[in-house]
Amino acid sequence: MDYTFHWARMFSGEPAQWMWEGFCTTMQISTISLVCAMILGIIICVMRMTPFKPFQWFSLAFTEFFRNTPLLIQIFFWYNGAHVIIPDAINSWMNDLYSWFPGEFSLFGHHFVGEWMLLNVELIMGIIALTVYTSAFIAEEIRAGIFSIPKNQLEASRAVGLSFLQGYRYVILPQALRIVIPPLISQALNLIKNSSLVMVLGVTDLMYQATQIESYHAMPFEAFTVALLIYLAISLVVSFCITMYNKHFMIQVMY
Amino acid sequence: MHWDIAFGNLDYFLYGTTSFDWHFPFIHNPEGLVASVILAFFGIFGAFWLGMAAGLMRMSKRWWVKIPAVCYIEVIRGMPLLLLIFWFYYLAPVIIGQNLPAFTTTMGCFMIFTGAYVGEIVRAGVKALPKGQMEAARSTGLSHVQAMKLVILPQALRNMIPSFVNQFVSLTKDTSLAAILGVIELTRTGIQVDNRETVASFEIWITIACLYFLICYILTSYSRRLEAQLSRYQARDR
Repeated sequence: MDYTFHWARMFSGEPAQWMWEGFCTTMQISTISLVCAMILGIIICVMRMTPFKPFQWFSLAFTEFFRNTPLLIQIFFWYNGAHVIIPDAINSWMNDLYSWFPGEFSLFGHHFVGEWMLLNVELIMGIIALTVYTSAFIAEEIRAGIFSIPKNQLEASRAVGLSFLQGYRYVILPQALRIVIPPLISQALNLIKNSSLVMVLGVTDLMYQATQIESYHAMPFEAFTVALLIYLAISLVVSFCITMYNKHFMIQVMY
Repeated sequence: MHWDIAFGNLDYFLYGTTSFDWHFPFIHNPEGLVASVILAFFGIFGAFWLGMAAGLMRMSKRWWVKIPAVCYIEVIRGMPLLLLIFWFYYLAPVIIGQNLPAFTTTMGCFMIFTGAYVGEIVRAGVKALPKGQMEAARSTGLSHVQAMKLVILPQALRNMIPSFVNQFVSLTKDTSLAAILGVIELTRTGIQVDNRETVASFEIWITIACLYFLICYILTSYSRRLEAQLSRYQARDR
């Protein structure tokens, strides 16, 4: 074992800056995907629950297909193949994003300088892949949560005069979403870890920056270890925060 | 749509070569779907035993048995598989002084990665059994190890099968990551054909996704049968 470690070089200059940028990108991708995946997951789940058969078939096919195929394949699919099914206007908009979001621009009165968020087609497709993949899992988990709520709750809400959607909106989902918080924690953590896969498209996330440092500075071991510690820290912090939130909610639920 | 290109390359996806040439060395240079299945099979095998060991160690009362298992499970569960693969790939020369082949590296990573999750499943499965089972087994004169082996684990394993299936299906999907280190498996053949036939990306990736779907579906359906068989006495009791 004749490998000299250069830990000091990891925490200064270019490597430190790259890692920080990678961390920011990873967090941005994860946050956006998680929010979108929650919304899409709830929609898919409610579609599965509606009495309207074509909706049920669609959401069943959606969840089964996206849960049983690898995320990497889906990322390649969205990036390489999906332009066939996306309208041309959106395709050309995505290919022109560099001109829409240059390195320096003003938005809502704020002046952004530098690569605040490198919005480009790779990033968008990565986010879409992560969102769709995670939403299939979230839909299944919320469905399990809804099944754990007695069916007569919905019947009672219908009897009170709420419509089907209102029954879900005001009676079923608020209860079910609390029950599914623990499985959703693990989905959120999985999403953050899965976001490392978008590096295959060249999105400059944490994992990409680690491979970058590996090839530019020849510090593979240090780079990947620091990346590991950052991912570990993110996981621990997120699970701690959501566990706290969960406890807070549980007290309210126990009436 | 160019489905003819995707289906024309189906044998390439399946075997990694366009000629039906089965003369590949068994482990070191397998190809296409065969490589994916071999990776998944050995990954599942290794992950099962590693996870079993980690889960049982984690439940031990001796700290020097428990702490390594806790560290292993918590660290691995907190890191992405891709990172583990890269880490392992660059760590190997530092530790053993020589590069490992990409195939061996990825297979080892699949075992280590899934092993941690299996460890948690084992722990949850054993914890879910009534405490009286262990006490009753001990009171009949069995040692702790014997009680585990003869009373606790047979019951716990049966309850763990659905979770195992989930984990093994996700391992099967994770084998696609071997493509990033250049192992010629299902995903890599997809990348190769995609680079060659750029007009048919959509069809190529849909076809590859369907092949993975098929593998996972077969795995799930066989496991369901296994589960039904193993819990047949349990079902009668209820």
